[in-house]
Amino acid sequence: MATRFKEALNSGKFVITSEIGPPKGTNIEKMHHHIDLLKDRVVAMNVTDHQSSVMRFPSIGGCLAIKERGGEPILQMTCRDRNRLALQAELLFAYTRGVRNVLCLTGDAVPVGDHKEAKGVFDLDSLQLLRTIRLLESGKDLGGNDLDGAVEFCAGAIVTPEANPIEPQLLKFEKKIEVGAEFFQTQAIYDLDNFAKFMKFARQFSVKILAGIVLLTSARMAKYMTENVPGIFVPQNLIDELAAAPKGEALNKGIEIAGRMIAALKKDSVCDGVHVMAIGREELVPDILAAAGF
Amino acid sequence: MKSITKQKSFDEIKEQLEGLDKVYVIGCGTCATMTKTGGIEEVQCMKDRLQELGKIVTGSTVIPTACDEMTEVALKENNGAINSSSCILVMSCALGVHKVSCYIDKPVIPALDTLFIGLEDEPGNFHEVCAQCGHCVLGQTAGICPLTACHKGLLNGPCGGTNKGKCEVDITKDCAWTLIYQRLEAQGRLDMMRKYQPPKNFQATPRPRTIKIA
Ligand code: SF4
Ligand code: SF4
Repeated sequence: MATRFKEALNSGKFVITSEIGPPKGTNIEKMHHHIDLLKDRVVAMNVTDHQSSVMRFPSIGGCLAIKERGGEPILQMTCRDRNRLALQAELLFAYTRGVRNVLCLTGDAVPVGDHKEAKGVFDLDSLQLLRTIRLLESGKDLGGNDLDGAVEFCAGAIVTPEANPIEPQLLKFEKKIEVGAEFFQTQAIYDLDNFAKFMKFARQFSVKILAGIVLLTSARMAKYMTENVPGIFVPQNLIDELAAAPKGEALNKGIEIAGRMIAALKKDSVCDGVHVMAIGREELVPDILAAAGF
Repeated sequence: MKSITKQKSFDEIKEQLEGLDKVYVIGCGTCATMTKTGGIEEVQCMKDRLQELGKIVTGSTVIPTACDEMTEVALKENNGAINSSSCILVMSCALGVHKVSCYIDKPVIPALDTLFIGLEDEPGNFHEVCAQCGHCVLGQTAGICPLTACHKGLLNGPCGGTNKGKCEVDITKDCAWTLIYQRLEAQGRLDMMRKYQPPKNFQATPRPRTIKIA
């Protein structure tokens, strides 16, 4: 049975997803608040999996909270913290609890996070995880054993259209499609011309692409992202625009920019939708959508 | 093959030697000499520091190659000084420490940390090239080992963290997969990288590994 999210992807309508960052701790009130705020505004919500290698409440837990509150979750799964047994087990569990969408990620490196001495696992990579999902769907596990009850997922992956150099990433993008990725949520994009170029390449394949929209909160943050976050490039004119905003207005400017980008992507049908990431400021997503005319 | 080592902090050495007051020091004339961690000079310097600390150094030797059969002979030759010591401090890679432990009943203490098996790319600069995984993939990766040179040991191409050809964890280090891509492209063999690589067999040779050569 197709998931709500998959139906939306196939409907040809412009699909909007967003992201929920689970708490560091057991106080899940704010996460619940964000879920309630967004569950009817977006088609589905990703729950991040120890994003930036920072230990947090698990993504599967966030997904169950979304289900309980009537939303549609996308389980983010990284290969950093679990070996192939644990990854498969979690997929079985997620399926029995009605979680039907999975985003497969390699995961950030351990030393960038807050448990710098931990053992990174990376038993599988994102491609192998995608392939594993398709295998579990066929009723087998990675060891070649029969399953008593299979799974069925809408599985996706990410791609970084601004990566430098881009060629190896595009090659991996193709490989991800070959092993069964149905949709892609991209790393943050800011340069629409560059993104259009990527989309020209991506349109050769029958996969759905949701452009990653990350809220810029100030000129300083924009500059920092460009200089320090791999695969993110904020053009100078956007940094200037944020810097020129009156005092105290930079955040609103960031919301306006994000809204403007979403509207432009939709107007020209550049891609199949957007994935909005407000990174801890999920309560601002409705404002971003309003600025985009939704 | 070269064993690349680094000297432990003197505090850690001191801690390991607690309650062991008579020390016999062994260096190694091969890898540890080359990495300046356990050659004649370093052994002398270690002796001086131990004495400053109030330890009695009963003797020392630099064995030509601490990990080979000559170690047993060298230890016998120095039997007296070794017998009167309460422990042996070994300034060689872990292989030498193991070898010495085979012949001596006293505590054998490593003074070095063994980092990796590596190559010297320019004088004084060593880098790890092989993690001894037991099933070599270099044929598909243009001679660059992704298990060793990629921080995440990825087999199917670069992660999203690569930036301007550098690695996510260390911007001074080239991204292994960018290098592999470039080399395969230059060789006209990009098809190697297009091929899906299945999960690796991490038990190709289960640990501890042993092999019998007929
Ligand atoms: S693949 Fe890498 S780690 Fe494995 S044997 Fe070859 S060089 Fe060594
Ligand atoms: S940046 Fe390159 S070398 Fe570093 S972890 Fe990612 S793929 Fe591996």
